[in-house]
Amino acid sequence: MKTPAARGPLFLVLHQARYDLLAVLRNRQARFFTLILPVLFLFIFVGIFGNHVVAGVKLSTTYVPGLSALGVISASFINLVISITVQREEGILKRRRATPVPAWVLIAGRTLTAVVMSLAVVTVLLSIGRIVFGVTLRTAALPGVAFTVVVGSITFCVLGYALSTAIHNEDAAQPMVQAIMLPLYFISGIFIANSNIPSWLQHVALVFPVAHLADGLHDAYNPMLTGIGIVWTDIGVLAIWAAIGLAIALWRFSWVPNPTS
Amino acid sequence: MEPVVSVRGLRKSYGPFEAVAGIDLEVERGEIFAFLGPNGAGKTTTVEILEGFRDRTAGEVSVLGVDPAHAGSSWRNRVGAVLQESSAEPGFTVRECLQLYSGYYLEPRDIDETIALVGLEEKAETKGAQLSGGQRRRLDVALALIGDPELIFLDEPTTGFDPSARRTAWHVIEGLRQLGKTVFLTTHYMDEAEHLADRIAVIAGGRIVAEGTPGSLGGRNTMAATISFTLPEGVGADELPEELRGLLSGAGERVTLTTHTPLIHVRDLADWAIGRELDLSDLALRRPTLEDVYLNLTESTP
Repeated sequence: MKTPAARGPLFLVLHQARYDLLAVLRNRQARFFTLILPVLFLFIFVGIFGNHVVAGVKLSTTYVPGLSALGVISASFINLVISITVQREEGILKRRRATPVPAWVLIAGRTLTAVVMSLAVVTVLLSIGRIVFGVTLRTAALPGVAFTVVVGSITFCVLGYALSTAIHNEDAAQPMVQAIMLPLYFISGIFIANSNIPSWLQHVALVFPVAHLADGLHDAYNPMLTGIGIVWTDIGVLAIWAAIGLAIALWRFSWVPNPTS
Repeated sequence: MEPVVSVRGLRKSYGPFEAVAGIDLEVERGEIFAFLGPNGAGKTTTVEILEGFRDRTAGEVSVLGVDPAHAGSSWRNRVGAVLQESSAEPGFTVRECLQLYSGYYLEPRDIDETIALVGLEEKAETKGAQLSGGQRRRLDVALALIGDPELIFLDEPTTGFDPSARRTAWHVIEGLRQLGKTVFLTTHYMDEAEHLADRIAVIAGGRIVAEGTPGSLGGRNTMAATISFTLPEGVGADELPEELRGLLSGAGERVTLTTHTPLIHVRDLADWAIGRELDLSDLALRRPTLEDVYLNLTESTP
């Protein structure tokens, strides 16, 4: 039988993604932060803030898109920064680069893994939200949710590659990503509804990609809106951040361990 | 036939520091070539240039007929590398790890056969994180072999091993010779180079200070041997026959003679001792070891 390398680049990307996905699913920490924690937050939010109807919308329907953004960021940015930093510092990336596999295949395979994990966590949140709390999502907006999740996931993967260049040892990866993301979660309408956040702080949040992923998903879940659930301005800002991340990654990304660690 | 590795005037500088100061190397097909030198001598820098991981400052380098600085996938299909520091993939079993890597190559080796070659049959379903240091290194070798390369780089493959793990690793490396592979081995263990290598080059201070077979390196085959023994009480070294007294070296209880013709001088000593009915029960004849030669070579380099 022909190997993935012999069958072509697409097969090689799928081969890489299959093993990267296996590695993520076997990692207890990645499983908890990506698949379990967002669902846990949904139950906690309902417990604290309730699930009554405000302006014709069940509150749980406003929790799910924010937590979906959190899940996407966890599956893409947080998992990726931690795993890439560990693999780089342990010499695993370097050893992979000693094989014929092209660099872009490794990057595409890891990104595809994050996209799959992101779609999985969003699906889990929607399914549990719908069954347990009566969360609604317009069928017409399903493609919009999927599109926004894929764009968001790719953006945060690229930003993950960019950030990994600034982290010089594996122990620093986890605190670093949390220090960056926790404040952004608070000001971007994920933990606290935008209506409770002062407008100047909302403007600060809008500089960063987290708010745009969350806002895009909030609008897609909003039953009062029509259309296919894509907010092009949010997608545009995500794309700009992806371009910045790509430039940094292309400039700085290294496959070999940091010499100072 | 074209050499597998050919290096002419290779230099690598980091600012004012010259890690590799102009070296020439040639490795023939099918040989195990050992690149020996103390830490910081320029071994790993040289190997990383040959592996295509590092740029060079000057010189010509050809590996399998290609300049590794511009080598692509087709070249990497023919080269395997065991890097100095690389962990196992922690979440994968030995078999899964080999399945992942075999997918990167056009014509990989059989996975079970490769696992058997490095003696990890019983660990095939064990995850990387649960392997011992020696087993991880053997997995490294298996990963370098899975693409069925013509040339394999082994960068200090047994550093940190206990003696029995080193023996096992040596068996694996000897197995590569049976497969007809060319092996470029770096090490700072003399016994490893002596045991495995067809040819050795010694690098110190960024320069090749000696090159040869393990038996002849640094003029080892023509260096003086030592004959040593303890004289019985009441017999002094000055009572030795005249032709042996001239060979005396060192001081102390034990008498040491240094000679380029050990066979003749052992006979003279034996004739003298038997004639006086002396029993030199701890008589020893010692050739210079590779370690003696190596220390001699590397210490004389600034």
